[in-house]
Amino acid sequence: MPVNADFVGRSYPPSGPYAVSAQAIVAFAAAVGSTDPVHSSPEAARAAGYADVIAPPTFAVTIAQQCDAVFVQDPEAGIDYSRVVHGEQRFVHHRPITAGDEVLGTLTVDSVRAAGGHSMVTTRTELATSAGEALCTSTSTIVIRGGE
Amino acid sequence: MAVRTLEGTGVGDTIEPRTIAVGRDTLVAYAAASGDQNPIHQDEQFARSVGLPDVIAHGMWTMGAVGSVVEEWAGDGGRVVEFGTRFTKPVVVPQDGGAIEVGGVVKAVDEQTRRATVELTATSEGDKVLGRCLAVVQLD
Repeated sequence: MPVNADFVGRSYPPSGPYAVSAQAIVAFAAAVGSTDPVHSSPEAARAAGYADVIAPPTFAVTIAQQCDAVFVQDPEAGIDYSRVVHGEQRFVHHRPITAGDEVLGTLTVDSVRAAGGHSMVTTRTELATSAGEALCTSTSTIVIRGGE
Repeated sequence: MAVRTLEGTGVGDTIEPRTIAVGRDTLVAYAAASGDQNPIHQDEQFARSVGLPDVIAHGMWTMGAVGSVVEEWAGDGGRVVEFGTRFTKPVVVPQDGGAIEVGGVVKAVDEQTRRATVELTATSEGDKVLGRCLAVVQLD
């Protein structure tokens, strides 16, 4: 079943808030092998000018993927998740995601296109604090491999 | 860590290549930390049942590991203001572990914004696993 192109341009109401904890940041930084103390030491983070420990540059995907679920898991969208691979990912950070942030994510379906028997879907998630401060624009392209 | 400066950065500067090991335990930790529990990243039998050669790393683990290299080069993780990549090939992680080789080169320096664009390379078993991997670093 092809991906439903009617979803292009659709924007969803903000989801969340997702609470960002220092523990989640520490675990993520360790998992990607970052030794930068701004992720683990509040003192080091404050010395660098941040309010508390900050997330590594790819941490935003953990929130963005929760926001994507409302679209990706919608049967109307026609996405067979067992055939999905990650094609592209991009982050533009407006300010680092920081422990204590309450994050809202607004998802937009930017494009749906077919290429070589596969479908490619690009979504954009705007992450902001619940007070409205912009944090990160996360853009993701997934590839849904065509049937045999 | 000292934050990298505009004065200390030039086009053509390289990030010294390094090898980063990735074991099955690395992927279990990344799955827990990221919430991505897709079994293709942990369960060899499952991975093979869907046509993969073996367990493969999360693409986002690979991007994250490369991000850690950029952070170290920048001298402050919060200075990595843009970061994007294509995922061109999976990183295969056999029972006894795999590895990626990571390097980078400065492609552009913008004196107005004090930002450097760094192109990263990542290979595994000689295959490019990331394509067009670019990070923008806010210099001091």
